[in-house]
Amino acid sequence: MAIDKETVDYVAHLARIDLKSEESDKLAGQLKDILGFIDKLANLDTKDIPPTSHILPINNILRQDTLKESLPIERTIENAPEKNGNFFVVPKIIE
Amino acid sequence: MDRTEKLNTLTANALLDKLNQREISCDNILSALNERISQVDPKVKAYVRTGTVPFKTTDDLALRGQSPLPLTGIPISIKDNICTEGNNTECCSKILEGFKPPYDATVISKLKKSGVHIFETKLNMDEFAFGSSTENSCFGATHNPWDLECVPGGSSGGSAAAVAADEAIWALGSDTGGSIRQPASFCGVVGLKPTYGRVSRYGLIAFASSLDQIGTLTKDVRDCALLMNIISGHDPYDSTSVDAPVPDYSQSLTGDIKGIKVGVPKEYFVKGMDAEVKTIVEEAIKKLETLGVRQSQVSLPHTEYAVPVYYILATAEASSNLARFDGVQYGLRKKSGGDNAMIGMYKKTRGEGFGEETKRRILLGTFALSHGYYDAYYLRALKVRTLIKQDFDRVFADFDCIVTPTSPTPAFKIGERAQDPLSMYLSDIYTISVNLAGIPAISIPCGFTKKGLPVGLQILARPFSEEAILRVAHAYEQATEWHKMRPNL
Amino acid sequence: MKYETVIGLEVHVQLKTNTKAFCGCSTEFGKEPNTQVCPVCLGFPGSLPVLNSLALEYAIRVGLALNCQVQEFTKFDRKHYYYPDLPKNYQISQYDLPISKDGFLDIELEGKAKRIRIKRVHLEEDAGKLIHEKNTSLVDYNRAGMPLLEIVSEPDISSPQEAYEYLTALKSIVQYLGVSDCDMEKGSLRCDANISLREKGTTALGVKAELKNLNSFKAVKDALAFEAGRQEAVLNEGDKVIQETLLWNEQKSETFSMRSKEEAKDYRYFPEPDLPPFLISAQKIEEARSEIPELPAQKKERFVKEYGLSLYDANILVADKKNADYAEERLKAWGTEDKKPVANWLIGPLAAIAGNNNIQISQVRIPVEDFLELIDLVENKQAISNLSGKTVLAEMFSTHKKPAIIIQEKNLAQISDASSLGGIIEAVINENERSAKDYRSGKENALMFLVGQVMKKSRGKANPKVVQELLKEKLSK
Repeated sequence: MAIDKETVDYVAHLARIDLKSEESDKLAGQLKDILGFIDKLANLDTKDIPPTSHILPINNILRQDTLKESLPIERTIENAPEKNGNFFVVPKIIE
Repeated sequence: MDRTEKLNTLTANALLDKLNQREISCDNILSALNERISQVDPKVKAYVRTGTVPFKTTDDLALRGQSPLPLTGIPISIKDNICTEGNNTECCSKILEGFKPPYDATVISKLKKSGVHIFETKLNMDEFAFGSSTENSCFGATHNPWDLECVPGGSSGGSAAAVAADEAIWALGSDTGGSIRQPASFCGVVGLKPTYGRVSRYGLIAFASSLDQIGTLTKDVRDCALLMNIISGHDPYDSTSVDAPVPDYSQSLTGDIKGIKVGVPKEYFVKGMDAEVKTIVEEAIKKLETLGVRQSQVSLPHTEYAVPVYYILATAEASSNLARFDGVQYGLRKKSGGDNAMIGMYKKTRGEGFGEETKRRILLGTFALSHGYYDAYYLRALKVRTLIKQDFDRVFADFDCIVTPTSPTPAFKIGERAQDPLSMYLSDIYTISVNLAGIPAISIPCGFTKKGLPVGLQILARPFSEEAILRVAHAYEQATEWHKMRPNL
Repeated sequence: MKYETVIGLEVHVQLKTNTKAFCGCSTEFGKEPNTQVCPVCLGFPGSLPVLNSLALEYAIRVGLALNCQVQEFTKFDRKHYYYPDLPKNYQISQYDLPISKDGFLDIELEGKAKRIRIKRVHLEEDAGKLIHEKNTSLVDYNRAGMPLLEIVSEPDISSPQEAYEYLTALKSIVQYLGVSDCDMEKGSLRCDANISLREKGTTALGVKAELKNLNSFKAVKDALAFEAGRQEAVLNEGDKVIQETLLWNEQKSETFSMRSKEEAKDYRYFPEPDLPPFLISAQKIEEARSEIPELPAQKKERFVKEYGLSLYDANILVADKKNADYAEERLKAWGTEDKKPVANWLIGPLAAIAGNNNIQISQVRIPVEDFLELIDLVENKQAISNLSGKTVLAEMFSTHKKPAIIIQEKNLAQISDASSLGGIIEAVINENERSAKDYRSGKENALMFLVGQVMKKSRGKANPKVVQELLKEKLSK
């Protein structure tokens, strides 16, 4: 799989990362090398192999519907770069 | 250097003896550590933000005699990606600048409950644990105490270097593809990555959720067992932590390893590996044989696929886990003009907040999950993961442990691989499969190169068989002196 | 119209658990902003989700009630998109293995039954809320992490009215299960609609528009009607409908395109590594099934069979579970075999009182025994007329007095004895000679006119049946 600058820019947009033009050039080259290396996976026949998403053979991990204390408001917004009363503030959203 | 004089050079077990004998106070330990840190950390740079957060003295510590807790007075140092309430936890990333978690990671709560004193100042790491050299830190690189021009390994390079340089009694790290074992090997200390699910991940800032595990960096195997006793166990806040009884790991250090069957995978001794490392590890395996283990060659045929599988799965999960760093609730925020100020803020914050390697991995992971590529990359990688797991299942049907080198080379020079991501990725070649298979593995010191750099021996076992690993590691350690060697700083 | 409308609905129902889907924070509505949050629902670094067992239980029940196949193996996936109300910038949802799928819901339209297929029912977490100020937006994460069920229909709905009926029926079932309030005003039920047109007789789906911001069932219906019209006009012009997301403007009664440029969706789903999968055993499914109460369709049938109600009346009573329970309590307590009078009084006068006061039937606070006593006085004892009965009922609702007392106070007792009525009847016959004559010559209608006149003269108190008998007797002489 060849990865070009355009793909890098599309993926960077999906991931919400600003890239300078020279950055995307450089990354396109590096990602191309890495993907070239990764492409060796295509040599394996994996048709009938089940995927492993969870390495542990466990399931049905649940908790009871029991209330736990929430955070005090000071702790919740302590780290906020911008706040207004109890709220986190972000730039105006346009729908 | 006379190690018995300096408390900072002792193991936690040795310090506990002295505390219990009332030979020393908690304060003595912290003073010794503080002195050592001020002496050597300017060279090693294992700790971060040392300028802003003073090292706490013991004023707030209850005198050990009055405390009912078993480990009161023993300090521990923590990697910068494990949350401690109210203390900066930044994953050595600009994007988490100033972040103070409102809660303790489960391992931290457990340590506190045992009386362990948590060092507020944290240990350096590759940003978000992305790296094998601790060069990718927004605070700059950590230096290998054995050769300051070399890397300490990574990503838990700060943890390994601090323990090796006696700037920490012991430390917590995290291991996603070798991030505890490889730096342990490079720095000549003991590093254990537990079975996936053995130690709670709650409060570990996630890199790759299906591979991450918190583990230990210690001066010897006995300390490793003691620390594992504290941090292991089921956590109702982590759906992937396993509800299985935790043995007393210290009890497994019997010294008797006669008849234990050890496999040596042929795929791990191939061209490209450092000749000295090869010889040293082969010597170590012979030593194990003299101690009574029965070793034979085994095969893990899918080994060569581990690195590509890892770099798909780990980056894909990372791209998802790191999506939350967006400047809304915490950390860095960079505003931007433009017709959509919100999207602008996301992009600028993340563009400026993430380092180069982080961006590279996020983009690779995003690409692997993006429309049209999922099946070819992510799904295929999950399937090959199955094959790698099956390789281990087959070997462990007949063998108790597997031994391998921890890394194909000793510590390399700072800057040497920084511009070649692929060569950096390949330095994890011996450690990655363990995370993919979810099994436990340790790295213990097993010799030094002619230049005086440590080499590590890796011991692997079945899931939840940390006891077998510790028993073998401990027996080897008892029969050798490598773990007692300390760098001249 | 040469086109037919194709509609599919995506309904989000907020589950009424005590705590959120993946953490122990309260789900209570209307609390101070950002006070019902914790590291997990804020998506703080290092936090991990653990599924609420009751949310899973509720999801299974809804799946069963909608005739779905509950899956033996289900898992969660991460759905990625950046939005400030989404703390982790991914939503824990379900992609390829939802909890249940392939169900159906039967609705009734003008007396005809129609089956709408349900594609899937899956569990996911809700996002927070944004409040838009002049220059900024404010974020409140209290709602983030609340358990949501997404119920997706197949595009089997062919008109805005059908969509309305589907929503009504769905809401009714979910309320019966007791798993959600389904209150659109509080956002515990939300609906998005996909609508497209195609030429009648064809089967391929046309280009669809997605409608959002539908804040009531009426809005769904109105927006769909508007959009069907708009798309028809576009097609008639020879233009093409473009695939887009449209918002409904309730004030202007029109749809408009979202201002933000919409991009191709690339959600990058992958299995949630923090949540091991869930296996739902046959036993678990049977347990869930046993927790399902009688649902509206079954209750309706039973009301018709047990209480002799008309299908129409039963339909009205069962739509809301509380109304149905209220009605059934009264129908059961009625001592005689024939329950029709009670049903009539519930659906007629009682429902009218509820309507006039903008409340549900179940909220009309009149004790069972008082209500039945009134019906007994009117229907069996004929102590008061039907008309007076309605007055008494209204009075019972507003003053909480017993019917007998109201009848006495208002002097509403019905006059049934011949001697008291004789004078009035005599007078009416004298005043309406023509009608009397008509009746005698065989015009039956004339009798009802005369009864009416007697009722009028008695100010409604005369017993119409007795009056009729007396008139017949008098006129036949």
